[in-house]
Order: sequence, then C-alpha cells, then structure tokens
Amino acid sequence: MLSIKNLHVSIGDKPILKGINLEIKPGEIHAIMGPNGSGKSTLSHVLSGKGGYTVTGGSATYQGKDLLEMAPEIRAREGVFLAFQYPVEIPGVSNIYLLKAALNSIRKHNGQSEVDAMDFLTLVKEKVRLLEMDEKFLYRAVNEGFSGGEKKRNEILQMAILEPKLCIMDETDSGLDIDALKIVSEGVNSLRSPERSFVMVTHYQRLLDYIKPDKVHVLAHGQIVKSGGADLALELEEKGYGWVEEAVA
Amino acid sequence: MNTATTSRYAAEYQTIVPALPGQNLPWLQALRAEALAQFSAQGFPSPREEEWRYTNVSGIEKKLFAPLADLTAGDVDVEWLKAHKLQDAWVLVLVNGHFSAELSVLEGLPEAVSVTSMADALATQSDKVEKYLGAAADQAEHSFIAFNSAWFTDGLFVHVPTKLVLDRPIQLLHIVTGSDAMATTRNIIIVDDMAELKIVETFVGVEAYLTAAVTEVFVGQSAELTLYKMQSESDKAYHFGGCYIKQACDARFTHHNFAFGGLLARSDIHVDLDHASECELNGLYLGVKRQHIDNHTRIKHLKPYAISRELYKGVLDDRARGVFQGRVIVAEDAQKTDSQMNNRNLLLSDDAEADTKPQLEIYADDVKCAHGVTVGQLDEKSIFYLQSRCVDEETARNMLTFAFANEMVDKIKIRGLHDMILEQVLTRFPQQGVNKEWL
Repeated sequence: MLSIKNLHVSIGDKPILKGINLEIKPGEIHAIMGPNGSGKSTLSHVLSGKGGYTVTGGSATYQGKDLLEMAPEIRAREGVFLAFQYPVEIPGVSNIYLLKAALNSIRKHNGQSEVDAMDFLTLVKEKVRLLEMDEKFLYRAVNEGFSGGEKKRNEILQMAILEPKLCIMDETDSGLDIDALKIVSEGVNSLRSPERSFVMVTHYQRLLDYIKPDKVHVLAHGQIVKSGGADLALELEEKGYGWVEEAVA
Repeated sequence: MNTATTSRYAAEYQTIVPALPGQNLPWLQALRAEALAQFSAQGFPSPREEEWRYTNVSGIEKKLFAPLADLTAGDVDVEWLKAHKLQDAWVLVLVNGHFSAELSVLEGLPEAVSVTSMADALATQSDKVEKYLGAAADQAEHSFIAFNSAWFTDGLFVHVPTKLVLDRPIQLLHIVTGSDAMATTRNIIIVDDMAELKIVETFVGVEAYLTAAVTEVFVGQSAELTLYKMQSESDKAYHFGGCYIKQACDARFTHHNFAFGGLLARSDIHVDLDHASECELNGLYLGVKRQHIDNHTRIKHLKPYAISRELYKGVLDDRARGVFQGRVIVAEDAQKTDSQMNNRNLLLSDDAEADTKPQLEIYADDVKCAHGVTVGQLDEKSIFYLQSRCVDEETARNMLTFAFANEMVDKIKIRGLHDMILEQVLTRFPQQGVNKEWL
C-alpha cells in the first residue's frame, strides 16, 4: 500500500525528517507516536501534499506510484485521505456541497459519471445515521461553528463517503472528550477492511485503547527509533518517551 | 444666483428647465434654484473633500452627459427588460429618467397605497411631496445631492399608510438606453407607523451614461422596511446613488447593497436612528477590470437603545478598486447604543486595491460599539483543506471566492431576486468553480 524509503524533509533549511522507513500493507493500522517536535505532523503533511515542505531525499510509493510527485487533490482522488488535527472551517460552502464535489472528483478521476443526486442523498443519509450525526449537519457550512468533537466526526463522515484506501489520521484524539473519542473510534473501526490501511499519528496512547494498531512506531528527532506491536504503546504510556529518545541520542 | 460656475452642466441648465416637472410649484422652484446655486458654485465633489477622498468623479464633468426626452417603450428591448424585472412584484419602470406606464406593472395595488411616478406625485399630491422632499437628503452635504435636486426629471413616490403590510415587493427598475445620456431621478418612500414594505431598486443600462439617483426614506414608528439595491449598470456607466433614511422610534430598516456594475459607482447610505430603532446594512461589491466602486455609509445614533449592524464585503480582481467608508456617530444622548460594523475585502489580483476607512465617533459613555476591517487574499489553509478533499486548486479558489460573496446573496429573502442576483454572481466565476445544481 505505502512504502516510505529513507525520506528526508526540511522546512526551509531545517531538516525535520531524517530518513524515515515505513512499510504499510493493505488492511494494516500503524500508529506513529512520539513527543512534540519529533516530526509526526510533518510526516502526515508531506504524505498528503501540504505546501511549505521540501523533500530533500528518499521516496514514498503509494500503490506503485510516486506519491510525492502528485498534487494534493490527485493523492486524495487516488485514495489518500488526511483527517486533520484541526479541520478547517469553510464558511459559505455547505457540507453536502463539498461531499458532492469531492465524490464526483473521484468518480471523474476513475472515468465514472457523476453520482445520481438521489443515490447520493441516500448514501450520505445512511452514513450520517451510522455516525449518529444530525442530518442538519449536511446543510451547515463545512466545520463552521462545530465543536471539536463535531469537527472530528465530520472528518470521519467524509472518510465514510469517499472510501479512501489509505487514511492518515493526524492527532485525531486532540481536543476530544472521552465520549467523542468513542464515537470517532467506532467510526474508524467500522471502516476497517482488508483493503484499507490507517496511519494514526498520535501523542498519547489513549486513542489506541479504542483503535488497536498492528504496529507502533516511535518517532524522535526525525527518525523512527523503535517499532513494535500494540504493547509498545502501553510501555510508552508507562515510561514516557525519554527512554527511547535516550537510546538513540 | 452665482454666475461664476465651475461646471459646464450648470451652464447648460437653462436649456433643460422646460422639461422638468413641477414648473408650477413655487416651493420646488425655490428648492431647485437653491440647489442649482450650490452646484454652480461647487461643481461635482472633488477628492479634496474628506468624504470623497478616494473617488474622483471628474470624468463626469469631462463627458457632459445630456438629459434625454421621454422615450417610448418601443425603444426598450423587451427580452432584456424581462431579465431584470421581478415576478410577483409591482414594478415601476423609469427609462432614461422618465416613467414608462407601458412597461410598468402596477395593477392590483391596494387602494390605500400610493405608488406613482414623481412627476405624477408633483401634479396630484404636491403638498405631501413638499413635506418630504429634502427632509432626509440634505443638499448641503455634497453637491451630488444638490445636482439631483436641481436636475431630477422623475422618480418613484411610494406611500404605505399605517398598519398596512404589502405582501409583494415594489421594484423600481431604472433603465438607461441612451448613449452619453444622463438619468437624474428622485425617489421618496414613506412607510407609516406599523406598516411593512419591501423595495427593490434595480439599475441597469447599456451604453456610457450617468445615473444620479437620490432616494429619501421615512420609516415610521414600529414600521419595517427592507430595501434591496441592485446596481448592474453597464461597464461604461457612471453611477451615483444616494439613499438617505430617517427612522422613527422602534422602526426597523434593512438595506442590501449589491454593487456589481459601472465604470465608476458611488453609493451613499445614510441612516438616522431614533429611540430603540434598528438598522442593518449589508453590502457586496464585486469589481473587475478597471471598475471603481465606492460605498459610503453613515449611521447616526441620535437616541438611546438603537441597534445597528453593518457588514460590507468586497471582491476585487484585475485593476479594480473598492472603497468603503463607514461612519458610525453616537450622539451624546444615545446611551445604550449597540453598534457593529464590519468590512471584509478579498483581493484576487496584485493590482486590485481596497481602501477602507471605518470611523467611530462616540459622544455617549454607556455604549457597545465594535468595528473590524480586513483586506486579504484567500486563506491557504482553506485551499489545502479543499485540495485534500479532491478539489483542484483553481476550483478551490473559485469555490472559496464564491462562498465569500454568497454569504451576502443568501441574506436575500425574495426568492426571485435571490436567484437573479445569484445568477449574476455566478457569471463572475468559471464554470468548474461552482456547480449551481449542487447549491
């Protein structure tokens, strides 16, 4: 699904990622953990194509294609979905308009015709129900005036409708209370499938209580310093990041 | 009269006098003479005046537009007219500054309501006109108002009596078809106590011409008036449109100003608020090419407990220039005033310009007044968010620009007008930017 080899990324002259290697197979959930400033968000931004970063070396191959060469919207249409740490408010564009624009962009990219208006509405309403959201959400401006939990749930709704193959979740748990965290996690779990992979970028272990990862990687100083199974997350929670950071220092 | 005139228009004045209405009314003759004297002395406003510092109208003096005699309805393209005419409304059409009975739709108006041309009103109810003409628009304020008082050929006169609620809007459709023509019109709108009315002013034209319209508005106690102004003048036209409003106690007034057309366009919206009255001023200006669009608003809180809300948005592309001057004045007596003023500008090109000048003058001590101004480009974070949702960058930019403007369009409560204005906003955006069917 995704193969990252010796990836180096800088912001301006400052190196942030210093040789990342990661192999993600279809259906796997990988957690990327690490202290603040370790480069976690940079990794998810670079994979989704956000500007302001310079790739100075290495590669990221997604389904056999050079991911880093693609414009952000092409990555999205190819099935890469970034769930934002802070979803952006877009006043004046309704949720349903954006969902339709996004879904039709994917269909066009795949050589399909525009989605039928009725089919679309049925699909969207079904997903809304599944995520226990109010239908009124659809007609409100994207994320405008939404609470932290509503914004994150909205990201999951988009994910449910666009059906990406690779979901990059950037600090999804930040700003969520325990109830919202449960709902969001259930949403993610319902989207798990043998063809869909997840990269969960997170500072804390608590999200992983609800979404069980196959692999956990610790990012520190721009490198993956330790990889392991789900147990590694618990160990990190207990001991903090100091011991892994020291191990490489 | 001052003979040392600074304006060629003043020199030509005597030739047009015979065509002006109300020749037999001494009070009007006196008012016109005074206005002419003022205009002769001053000429059109100059950028040296503080309230005109961003807008240079000297092109009007260079052009010397001429008033046209009444045209017959046959000179107007009916299909084109239809595109601007509201359905489910009473429509009063002015062609080149003269009322056209043929093109107007006034059947079925309640008898108690008076909707006539200004020329008719001067002929049949001049006492009433005398009472209101010049009572809201002060021609000493600037010479465009004086020019209008001296030159106006016709206009709209509306009087809605106490407690009457008109269920359909009245549209004033202002058309100029002549080249190098001038259409100078004066309107009076009176909404008596507890009455309700919606008015739509539409300005359209085809050639290079001058529109100089002044509207005086009187909103009675606990009455409610919503006024929409749709300025879609031709791209060679000069437009001055001044709206001067007096609100009584507890009166509510909402103004929506859509300024899309004209080579150079200036709007004045000046409101005087009495005790516990409320006003809302909304504006959207879209400038392209070398358009210059100036909006000048002034809200005077004269008495306590009045509320004012103002939001003006501008989208400026190419070499267009947008001007917003917004003044809020809170008189010493106007305690508990609640006022908010906002102006947001979106610049789509490096050569576009926005000049914004909010002014608060507060003489009372127990008030809540806020104002905010922004001039900027589209938010890069929003663009990336949309891209991450499969939308390409150009479409994302168009979508965001449209959304920025559409907030003001969405405030329109008359369905037909909403669709008409939405259509005009959509023509400003390439097809792939905004899909109308999905809205």
